[in-house]
Amino acid sequence: MAMMDFQGKQIEVDDDGYLLNLDDWTKELAEHLAKQDGIELSAAHWEVINFLREYYKQYQIAPMIKILVKEIGKAMGPEKGNTKYLYELYPGGPAKQACKYAGLPKPTGCV
Amino acid sequence: MAKGPTPEELSNIDYTPPPKEWMDVPTVFKPGTFCWGAKGKNLQILEFPNARDWTPVEEDWKLPENWQEILLEGMKERLGKYRSFQLFMDICVRCGACADKCHFFVGGGDPKNMPVLRAELLRSVYRKHFTTAGKMLGKVAGARELTLDVLKEWWYYFFQCTECRRCSLFCPYGIDQAEITMMGRELLNLIGLNTDWISGPVANCYMKGNHLGLEPHTIVSNIEYMLDDIETITGIKINPSFNRKGAEILFVTPSGDLFADPGTYTCMGYLMLFHELGLDYTWSTYASEGGNFGFFTSNEMAKRLNSKIYAEAKRLGVKYIIGGECGHMWRVIHQYMDTWNGPADFLEVPVSPITGTRFDTAKSLKMIHIAEFTADLINHGKLKLDPSRNDDLVVTYHDSCNTSRGMGLLEEPRYIIKNVCNHFHEMPENTIREQTFCCGSGTGLNAGENMELRMRGGFPRANAVKYVKEKHGVNMLANICAIDRATLSAAVDYWVPGVRVTGVHELVANALIMKGEKKRETNLRGEPLPGKEGN
Repeated sequence: MAMMDFQGKQIEVDDDGYLLNLDDWTKELAEHLAKQDGIELSAAHWEVINFLREYYKQYQIAPMIKILVKEIGKAMGPEKGNTKYLYELYPGGPAKQACKYAGLPKPTGCV
Repeated sequence: MAKGPTPEELSNIDYTPPPKEWMDVPTVFKPGTFCWGAKGKNLQILEFPNARDWTPVEEDWKLPENWQEILLEGMKERLGKYRSFQLFMDICVRCGACADKCHFFVGGGDPKNMPVLRAELLRSVYRKHFTTAGKMLGKVAGARELTLDVLKEWWYYFFQCTECRRCSLFCPYGIDQAEITMMGRELLNLIGLNTDWISGPVANCYMKGNHLGLEPHTIVSNIEYMLDDIETITGIKINPSFNRKGAEILFVTPSGDLFADPGTYTCMGYLMLFHELGLDYTWSTYASEGGNFGFFTSNEMAKRLNSKIYAEAKRLGVKYIIGGECGHMWRVIHQYMDTWNGPADFLEVPVSPITGTRFDTAKSLKMIHIAEFTADLINHGKLKLDPSRNDDLVVTYHDSCNTSRGMGLLEEPRYIIKNVCNHFHEMPENTIREQTFCCGSGTGLNAGENMELRMRGGFPRANAVKYVKEKHGVNMLANICAIDRATLSAAVDYWVPGVRVTGVHELVANALIMKGEKKRETNLRGEPLPGKEGN
């Protein structure tokens, strides 16, 4: 299994760079992962990441896009409750990219 | 496909065979054409052999010392157990009728993706160890040893076949190439050579009842969000039931419909239709997966994952089962479930409570496809439909390999679409119905890391879509398969941008006039209905 070296610590990741252990996640690590893709995490990015982590704690899976869109809309205002806004924040796709920074595993199956 | 080749680069296909004999051509693991190896923890959950983390591109696959012995023993066992396997190892005359029928060969040009040659990878080892001619004459008789290179070749190419069976349709002997791939994968499974994208969902399904690992409260919550949207669009509040004993019907669908767009719109379609009919049905959070990725590992695992459907039907005391829009789910249900886990003599022959139609085709199985159920409703005039709500769509229909070649469900989806949409055009006839081209990503090949392979495999299908887009202005590709909904979205974005993908019951629900509904302004995706764009 691949390892990522971060701040002198060896962190287990899968072949796509997703963390294997949710507990390894720190805010600094999220910033580091985003920086690798050339993204500086703003407050808006964090809103999504924080929601994903909270959601995961309760449901053990990333939320479906419909839920993410609605909940971000509720938190950030209706003009931001749409997939276009989320893709602007996360050009690699909110499901993939934002989940990666949030330390969540990627969903697999008929998706 | 962020870093991969462009469509222009990928459509420049080289069909020139290598100058050497096929046995002498080494297998090259090209990035973008194979999946990651299975994670040890998932194999452990499933009690599959040789559970460990491994990486296909690394030299050392961490195999058990006696891996050759295990595989040859496994082959021997299967040759004895499955007469079809023995037959298919013996009867091919290498006529080549299958060669250009495979979407991976058409889209990639690699001769080892000609079904005849893919099967030969296995046959050559079979000859060496199980036939007199092969034992004595070796290479002259097309026989070879099972070396590490051969093993790696097996792995690479048996995960470049989607078991779609298009080639089998053209085989004069009726050799079922899907069964050869299934045997190839079963053998690989014996030494822990699974892929992450298959073993992950199988482990999830084993533990939590579905591929995605949706827990009961997640399923309920996801459906509640869909119900919110339905209420916004129609003004109608729907209250479906979960795990309800005494319901007449159990409904089972692939978990992709409960999670991923555009499958979620199809799922909203089921909810709306069943509500409108007042159907006495229930969802199950236990039998919460129609699909069966176990089918891509071993017969035993597929059987085990499948068993919960009948078990739940029995526990809830329903009369029969309706299944949702899925592809390989129906190959498994139609051709395996009854023999694996039947007879379901505690269930009744399905009878539509709305039309009284008795589905004798499911006399033994006790489970019908929702397309059969809905087509029958329309045929009896039981649905009020306004197809003009789909007037912005010019629709074509992609037959899923498994519902067409695997169960002969050809007319029902088309009949439904033509009744709920005004604009429908077929793709060319050698690309539909029994001759349909695969989406290019079935049998658990719908991962992210093998995107080049997927796009190559999706090329023939996409090419036919492009044809009807240019000829008729087609902008919507309908299908009845959850893998299709996910994978064709990627394939058309790549090859035919501007075409979108939908399940059939999304189209049904858009057209469905429901009792007490408010004047609809948008479709299920929240987009303005035709004629309402200015509002």
